[in-house]
Amino acid sequence: MIRVEGVTKRYGDLAAVSGVTLEVGPARPMALIGPSGCGKSTLLRLMLGLLTPDEGRVTIDDERITASNARSLRRRVGYAIQAGGLFPHVSARANVELPLRAHGVARSEERIERLAGLVRLDPGLLDRPPGELSGGQRQRVALMRAMVLEPDALLLDEPMGALDPVVRAELQDDLKSLVTELGTAMVIVTHDLAEAAALAPDDIVLLRNGVVVQRGPFEALRRKPSEPFVSDFIGAQTRRVGVLFASGAP
Amino acid sequence: MVRWAVILLAWLVCGASIAQTVRVGSKKFTESVVLGEMLAQLAGSSGAEPVHRRELGGSRILFNAVEAGELDAYAEYTGTLMRELLAGEAIGSPEGLRLALAERGLGVSGPIGFNNTYAIAMLPERAEALGVRTIGDLGSHADLRLGFSNEFMDRGDGWPGLAGAYGLGGLNARGMDHDLAYRALAAGQLDVIDAYATDAKLAAYGLAVLEDDIGYFPRYDAVVLYRLDLAERAPAALAAMLRLEGAIDETAMRVLNERAQLDRVPEAIVASGFLGETLGVSTVAAVESRRARLWRTTREQLVLVGVALGAAVMVAIPIGVVAARVRLAAPVILGAVGLIQTVPALALLVVLIKPFGLTATTAIVALFLYGLLPIVRNTHAAIVAIPPDLRESAEAIGLTGFQRLRWVELPMAIGSILAGIKTSAVITIGTATLAALIGAGGYGQPILTGIRLDDFGLILEGALPAAAMALVAQFLFDGIERLLTRAPASR
Repeated sequence: MIRVEGVTKRYGDLAAVSGVTLEVGPARPMALIGPSGCGKSTLLRLMLGLLTPDEGRVTIDDERITASNARSLRRRVGYAIQAGGLFPHVSARANVELPLRAHGVARSEERIERLAGLVRLDPGLLDRPPGELSGGQRQRVALMRAMVLEPDALLLDEPMGALDPVVRAELQDDLKSLVTELGTAMVIVTHDLAEAAALAPDDIVLLRNGVVVQRGPFEALRRKPSEPFVSDFIGAQTRRVGVLFASGAP
Repeated sequence: MVRWAVILLAWLVCGASIAQTVRVGSKKFTESVVLGEMLAQLAGSSGAEPVHRRELGGSRILFNAVEAGELDAYAEYTGTLMRELLAGEAIGSPEGLRLALAERGLGVSGPIGFNNTYAIAMLPERAEALGVRTIGDLGSHADLRLGFSNEFMDRGDGWPGLAGAYGLGGLNARGMDHDLAYRALAAGQLDVIDAYATDAKLAAYGLAVLEDDIGYFPRYDAVVLYRLDLAERAPAALAAMLRLEGAIDETAMRVLNERAQLDRVPEAIVASGFLGETLGVSTVAAVESRRARLWRTTREQLVLVGVALGAAVMVAIPIGVVAARVRLAAPVILGAVGLIQTVPALALLVVLIKPFGLTATTAIVALFLYGLLPIVRNTHAAIVAIPPDLRESAEAIGLTGFQRLRWVELPMAIGSILAGIKTSAVITIGTATLAALIGAGGYGQPILTGIRLDDFGLILEGALPAAAMALVAQFLFDGIERLLTRAPASR
C-alpha cells in the first residue's frame, strides 16, 4: 500500500505537485491523468522516492521513504517508463535480470519464461539487444523488468506513449488481464482518457497544475464533473475520438 | 665466516671504487656534444665508468642537474654562467664566479681555450645591399626579419638585453630552432640570425658577422663545470677531465665542429681522434650502429608511452567519473586537466626535473599529465550524455551507485572512453619525442640529433617509427573498440 499524504513538490517558485493526498491499494488500478505539465509524472516519481517531497510524506507499507530505505522499499514496487527505459548495451534478458542482480536474487530461467508468458513475449527475442526489438516488444520487456522481483505494485509512466494504436490496444488488454490475474496494485500515468478508462475505470485521478481536480470512476467524472475543466478535458478527448469515427478512420 | 665477510666487504669497496660512475652531460648543439664526449672519454681513460647524457634541452636543465647531483660535469661558458645562470648575483670577475659556484658545491676549470661568444649574422650580399655593418645599423631597418634560437630569445644576455643595449626594441624577432634558422636564412626567409663564434655553419654558409660595436656580448670562455665532490669520489677522473684546460683554441674547436656537423663524423670519434692526437690519450669511442640505435629508441619510446598511457588511463577514468557524478567538481576538474595541456612541454619538464631528476620518470610524469585531458573529458562527456530516463530507470530498479556505474554508465560510455584513450595514445606518442630534451631517449633523440646535424635521414629515423607507432596504436584501439562495443553481451 502506497500512501501520499499532503505532498507538495516545488521546482523553484513553481509547485509541480501541491497538497496531494491519495492511497494506492491492490485490486483497484489507478490512473493519473491530465494535460502535460499537470504534475502526474512528478507524483509518480514521488511515490517511488525518486523525488523527495518538500511538504507532506510518502509511505510504502506504512514506512516513510528515506534516502536510506528507498532502495529496499523499491524492491516491492516495479517501475516502467515511456519507451521502456531499457539499457541499450545489453540484451533484453540482461535488462530483465538486472533487478535480480542488483538485489542479489538468484537468476531463474523458469521465472523469466513465466514472465515472458505473462506479457506474451516470444522468449526467443530476449537474447536480442533492445535496439533490435519493436516498440511494443520493448515495452513488454520493460514490463517484465518491472515485475521480475514480484512487486506488490506497478508504477507505469506513459508505458504506451510511444506505441502505434494497434499495438497499444493489444498491450492495454494484456496489461489489464495481467494485473487482474496477479492482483498487483497499479498506478498508470497517461494523458489518454481512453487508456485511463480502459485500464483503471474505477479510479481516475484528474490533475491540473499539481492539484487533484477530481477523483472517481470514469463514469462519475463524465456524468458529474466537479468543474468545467473536467468536462472540457473529457469533452475534448471524446470529441476527437468522435471526429475520427465520423471521418471513417479505423 | 668473518674472514669471508671481510673479503666480500673489501671486494665490494674495491669494486665500487673501480666502477665509480662519472656522469657527464651535454647541451643539444654539436660543440657541447663533442666536448661532452671528450669529458666522458677522459673520465673513462682514468678507470671510471663514464655515462654521457647527450643533447639535453638547455643550459638551465644541465646546470640544475649538476647542482642536484644528477650529473657530475659538463662544458659550460663563462658568459652563460654570469649573465644567465647566476644573473641575479651580479658576478663581475672569474674569482667571484668561482666563489658563487663553490657555494653550490660546484667547481669550474680554467678556460678550455676558446671564446664562443654570440654573433649576429647575415648573408653578406644582403648586409651589403642594406649597408648594415654593425649590430647598431640594424636599428634603421624596421622591416628586417630576425630569427633567433629559442634560448637566445629568452636569455637575459640574449635578445632582450641586446635589443635594450642597442635600442632595437622596434624590430620584429621570433624564436626558432637554431639549426633551422640557418636554413631559413639561406633560403631568404630570414635576414638576421644569432650564431656562435665557433659555429661550423658560420663558415660553411659564408655568413657576415655584424660587429658588436659597443661590446655588448661578454666573453663566453668554455670551461668545465663539475661537482666539487668529484675530487673525493673520482679524483683520477676529475684530473683527467681537467686536462682540457687550455687544450682547444677557436680554430681547433671550429674544425672539430665542422667534422662532426658537416662531415657527419660521430662526435665520439671526433672526440677520441682529438684526444689521441693532441693529448696523447687513447680512448674508447663507443659508436652505436643504426640498427642497435633504432632498437634502443624503440624500447625507450615504448616504455615512455606505455607507462605514461597506462597510468593516465587508470587515473583519468576515475577522475572523469567523479567529474560526471559531482556536479560542483566538474568545472574544477575539467579546468585543471585543460590547464595542464596549455603548459609548454619544456617548461613542464624543467619543473618536473626538480623532484624527479633527469630521468625517464620526469618524461613519463609529463606525458602522463598531458595524456589525462582526452580521457577525462571523454569519460565525463559520455557519462553526462546518458539520457536522464535511463539514469532514472537504473535508480528505480534498485541499482546502487556503484552498480549503476559498473553495469550501466561505464559500459554505455566505453566507446567514448576508448576514443579518448586513442587520442591520448596518439598525443603521447607524439609528445614522447620531447623526452629527448631531458635525455630520456625515445624517438626524439634521433630527431634532435638530425635537426642539429641537418641530417634528414636521422630525422626520419625518429619521425617515421613515431608515426608508425601512432598508426599501430590507432589500429589497436580501433580493434579493441570494435571488440568491446560489437554485440551487447547477454549478461
